[in-house]
Amino acid sequence: MAVLVVADHDNASLKDNTHKTVTAAKAISGDVDVLVAGQGVSGVAAEAAKIEGVRKVLVAESDQLGKSIAEAEAATVLGLMGNYDAVLVPATSAGKNFAPRVAAKLDSAPISEIVDVVDANTFVRPIYAGNALETVQSSDAKKVITVRATAFKAAGEGGSAAIEKVDAGAGAPKTRFVSEEIVKSTRPELAAAKIVVSGGRAMGSAEEFQRVIEPLADKLGAAVGASRAAVDAGYAPNDYQVGQTGKVVAPQLYVAVGISGAIQHLAGMKDSKVIVAINKDADAPIFQVADYGLVADYKSAVPELMEALTAAGK
Amino acid sequence: MKVLVPVKRVLDYNVKPRVKPDQSGMDLANLKMAMNPFCEIAVEEAVRLKEKGVATEVVAVSIGPQQAQETIRTALAMGADRGILVQTDADVEPLEVAKLLKAVVEAEQPKLVVMGKQAIDGDNNAVGQMLSALLDWPQATFASKIEVAGETVKVTREVDGGLQTLELDLPAVITADLRLNEPRYASLPNIMKAKKKPIDVKSTGDYGVDTAGRLKVLKVSEPPKRTAGVKVENAAELVNKLKTEAGVL
Repeated sequence: MAVLVVADHDNASLKDNTHKTVTAAKAISGDVDVLVAGQGVSGVAAEAAKIEGVRKVLVAESDQLGKSIAEAEAATVLGLMGNYDAVLVPATSAGKNFAPRVAAKLDSAPISEIVDVVDANTFVRPIYAGNALETVQSSDAKKVITVRATAFKAAGEGGSAAIEKVDAGAGAPKTRFVSEEIVKSTRPELAAAKIVVSGGRAMGSAEEFQRVIEPLADKLGAAVGASRAAVDAGYAPNDYQVGQTGKVVAPQLYVAVGISGAIQHLAGMKDSKVIVAINKDADAPIFQVADYGLVADYKSAVPELMEALTAAGK
Repeated sequence: MKVLVPVKRVLDYNVKPRVKPDQSGMDLANLKMAMNPFCEIAVEEAVRLKEKGVATEVVAVSIGPQQAQETIRTALAMGADRGILVQTDADVEPLEVAKLLKAVVEAEQPKLVVMGKQAIDGDNNAVGQMLSALLDWPQATFASKIEVAGETVKVTREVDGGLQTLELDLPAVITADLRLNEPRYASLPNIMKAKKKPIDVKSTGDYGVDTAGRLKVLKVSEPPKRTAGVKVENAAELVNKLKTEAGVL
């Protein structure tokens, strides 16, 4: 049986989520192909061809694929599913947007956000905001699976897969792209960063969030995250949200500043290797998962932390 | 324009979920249940569309046990006009839910389906997309803003990296994200009024959908627990420990 992995990219570069999803795919089958669907993606396809263990890279291009229009992406994948027994998609917002459509059209029960492959038909996935892990066995001939990339190691480089053009499939005549506002950042990407610094409601304003959290992140070479409360209050943009319904991260180091640690936030970061919590409330639930807790007001603690980092040569 | 809003009864957002000791599933006995928070946002949006004169009727539909009537009543108290309960005690999977909703849509002929992007129990985030695919209607998931204009709807979506705006031809399926609106609390008079609003009770058989399931749950287990670490006195000690003990700096 062969497995198709749909690459995560922004038309310009390939994201690490793809390498991790390839690792999940290899646990199912030795024959793994990668689909790069987008617009102007020859560079992305060349990067995908280097992933170790990939048999070939398929490239589909259209304007709608370049804008991640779900109907168009699903049509492209459906056109290829005659050759595959499973399709694995990184569980990003773009991946979650189209993968269930493929499942519905194949009359297959989708399997969402797997964190482990037990065998070719059996998978583990978190439910209830990660408060439980469900082991499910699929009886569908063709499987549609989204993958929580942080749960898998990235496949290495060194491959040299052939690159092949494929049909983009039918477009989506009833859906039109109007505009986008993409937050430009020179910081590492949240989902792939080795260090993440997140701020919570305690910041009190967007200005304070930027004044406190961003310099600390830059000092550590970290990505910036936020709790849902901070995003809801408008202190940080929506794509900073870490949690059950935002991004799930598992960096080497996660620094939570002024975050109380609601269940839904913990769901997004509790698999981090080392967790640091700075909060003035000693009873905040975040301390129950933190490896290192500093009970202090962030207003004094963060400047002191910046100084200590400088002293340590950071 | 008729708007259909699917709503799900789930374990209350504030209750800590527990796994059954025999690992056969979740222990929900005697725990507080409530409407899925994303469904509440969808109901609120539909009711606002009605208040703006865009929607003429808001129909809330739930698929679940008899108690899911309470969830529908909550939607009616928020301002939905009537309800449909597709009553089943089966643990229906997202694909089956999408098929049942497709059948309800075909019977009701709404112009718009607004629903939550995911239920906080199964965390699948799949039904809206599947319903849209089964109906061959356009979709806009993770909506943070909805503007209906004639035969089209403009939807701003929360995506990786920021926001995207799409225009869809109606009829369409939209799934609600957290920041679409803040759901209202139903007032006491509206709760009383909701008791008189009609709820149609149907069975899965009425729609000819098989709910046997494709996914067999082999076990449900607790994730490995993280234990609390140590408290440090100050920032300097923290940096020292991160450097020497944890080795992450």
